[in-house]
Amino acid sequence: MAPRFSRRRHGTVWCDEPAIVTDTYPPAPPPATRTARPSRVQLFATCLVDRFFPGVGHATVAALERAGVDVHVPADQTCCGQPAFNGGFIDEARAMARQTIDVLSASADPVVVPSGSCADMIVNHYPELFVGDAAYGPKARELASRTYELSQFLVDVMGASDPGSRTSARLAYHASCHGLRGLGLRDAPRQLLSAATDGQCADLPDAETCCGFGGLFAIKMAPVSNAMLQSKIDSIESSGAEAVVATDVSCLMHIGGGLRRRGSHVRTMHIAEVLTGSDHE
Amino acid sequence: MSESTSHDSTPDSSPAHGQTAHSPAHGAAAHSHANAHIAGAAFHTRIDSALADGKLHQALSMTTGRLAAGRASAFAALPDADALRDAAQRIRAHTIAHLDRYLVEFTTNAERLGCRIHWAETAADAARAVVEIAQASGVSLAVKSKSMLTEEIELNTALESAGIRVVETDLGEFVVQLAGDRPSHIIAPIVHRRREDVAALFREKLGATADEVATIPAMTAFARKTLRGEFVNAGMGISGVNLAVADTGSLCLVTNEGNGRLTTTLPRVHVALLGLERLVPTSADLGVVLQLLARSATGQAMPVYTNLLTGPRRRPSDTDGRGEPDGPDQVHIVIVDNGRTRLLGSELAEILYCVRCGACLNVCPVYRQIGGHAYGGVYPGPIGSVVMPGIWGLDAWSELPQASSLCGACRDVCPVRIDIPRLLLKLRAQAVRESLAPLWLRLGMRAFAAVATRPAIYRYIGNLVGRLGAAVARDGWLTGLPGPLAAWTSSRDFPAPAAKSFTQSWRPKRRSERARA
Repeated sequence: MAPRFSRRRHGTVWCDEPAIVTDTYPPAPPPATRTARPSRVQLFATCLVDRFFPGVGHATVAALERAGVDVHVPADQTCCGQPAFNGGFIDEARAMARQTIDVLSASADPVVVPSGSCADMIVNHYPELFVGDAAYGPKARELASRTYELSQFLVDVMGASDPGSRTSARLAYHASCHGLRGLGLRDAPRQLLSAATDGQCADLPDAETCCGFGGLFAIKMAPVSNAMLQSKIDSIESSGAEAVVATDVSCLMHIGGGLRRRGSHVRTMHIAEVLTGSDHE
Repeated sequence: MSESTSHDSTPDSSPAHGQTAHSPAHGAAAHSHANAHIAGAAFHTRIDSALADGKLHQALSMTTGRLAAGRASAFAALPDADALRDAAQRIRAHTIAHLDRYLVEFTTNAERLGCRIHWAETAADAARAVVEIAQASGVSLAVKSKSMLTEEIELNTALESAGIRVVETDLGEFVVQLAGDRPSHIIAPIVHRRREDVAALFREKLGATADEVATIPAMTAFARKTLRGEFVNAGMGISGVNLAVADTGSLCLVTNEGNGRLTTTLPRVHVALLGLERLVPTSADLGVVLQLLARSATGQAMPVYTNLLTGPRRRPSDTDGRGEPDGPDQVHIVIVDNGRTRLLGSELAEILYCVRCGACLNVCPVYRQIGGHAYGGVYPGPIGSVVMPGIWGLDAWSELPQASSLCGACRDVCPVRIDIPRLLLKLRAQAVRESLAPLWLRLGMRAFAAVATRPAIYRYIGNLVGRLGAAVARDGWLTGLPGPLAAWTSSRDFPAPAAKSFTQSWRPKRRSERARA
């Protein structure tokens, strides 16, 4: 639909003029193309899942295998570097990004990440980190083009919007920020959760408001981070849900830590655990 | 534009007051790193007092929630909202990329209309220019419509020390001035005050009767009555400029109270303060941005008053012998740099696209917790966290870019699509380059990167941490962490690391096993 202003001026004159900012990356990549369904994927588990929530890693493997792909877990994977990048430590972030790019470029298989935030790091920030780098620039863009968050991969690439499993638990969904706003992850996780709960899974009140984690922000700005967390927990408790579900264990460990400190009985579940009927607690 | 909802807080207890180190009007280039740490400590103290203020929190969530919901429904009802935002971004990007050209075009056209242009490099230059204009015209009373730029250059202080009385006529700013306060929001200056506090203030400072402050309409009528006399007697009207139009030399000023129109037409001298980035090339471009401005700010399709001021009052000889009955005899436009040109061509140039709608404040989960005063500067919230350190130096403002979880809600609502999180990351990287990050973090991050780029060592240390964590954890959780990490466990539990990691416990299945699974 044509916007209500002159196309001639805005479509031609202004568009052709280069702006000063030349290394801007769009906040969201183009939606995943549903071409050929891959038969094999690499799992980038993320450092948090690997060391703190191994059960989520196993659930992710199970969900992927149920969707019909072989899962390979590259042994030398560590951390994507997002903590350094978000803290402004660009050299350290680049070092960790190079490590991750090398590990995930040994194979050309798509990469699946059980975290919207770490996937956003690879998809949107790796290319930005290596602008002008002849060696890693092309590698970063290539890796970004075949990296997916778990629910995005299941729904958009595999066309598997029904996980096949069913749970009767009362679940409420929290939309993690980087997946939501960085990857445009709106429908895929909700479709999967809706199918797994026969339409019972609802959004939390203010589901798209940040829980206050923000990585180092939770330490450096702990009082504000905690105030945001308490608002989130108020929403969770008012929802009447038995468990809060998200695509990221980072948000869930923050929310879970707050729920536990408050003595709440509400649990946290990663979306992979809902899809496979497992539970990391 | 202004919102005048009032709520409560205790601004006088804020250590921000009287902190000249935080005033951009006094320049920031000279601050040492030691000052940066003092400024950082003050920021954390202000945050703590804001968080402890239950009434402030209530007021903030109510008003920011209402404004954000208004914005959301206005945009939902706007066809082509995304295309409009794309166009507005292109217009602003183009203008900033060619600012030299459009400043010349604008000033040439404005001078042709009879406006007088004053260039001000610093805040002090700008304030001095206004004082000199007032003195040259023998002005002793000036009325003002709302302008954040005049807050930035501390104009009221300059005018008052020159013996010129100045009266704020925007209702919110009127309250701010009466209370000796500062605005805490770009468009809703007294978002932090409750109506009963405004009532008490009117009774105390203006001698209002109980009836005159019984309801909000009564208070508004009372303020209106008080201000009418000032409008009539003022020799000078001072306004900001929302956007200046280069090809016509016009000034666009939007308000919701009509005070802007009185300020710019009734007194014989009008002084407009224009931030030098606030231009659009043509009236058609203005039309694009105006479709977004009020919707972003308050959820209104248009502001109540949209003024296009094109030169001073025309004399009979100017227009077919009849002239214009209303309008000022003189229009002065003070074009203020005050550090803005430092951003041109830099990695932060995008922040100059900003049209000061305040939408990013209303959706920011940090602003909604701490309010505007905690930020300590003229411009609060996400936009302020880029503008303050970007224009006036990271030394004095290094903590502001840290005050974000990078959730991206600000980017989602910006009418000119400024990628604020990306700019915050640029500033954080700059802070690390300038060694403004704390030592524990610098060392910790270096060590983490060294380990994470050596997978065997990473696994070895991970296993040590895992075994240690599993040994001290209770039910899989830790309730106290050492060192800087104690900031987490002061209010939240932390999950214990697993004794066996996922990559250790995962084994590729054989094809036969997968078939059974």
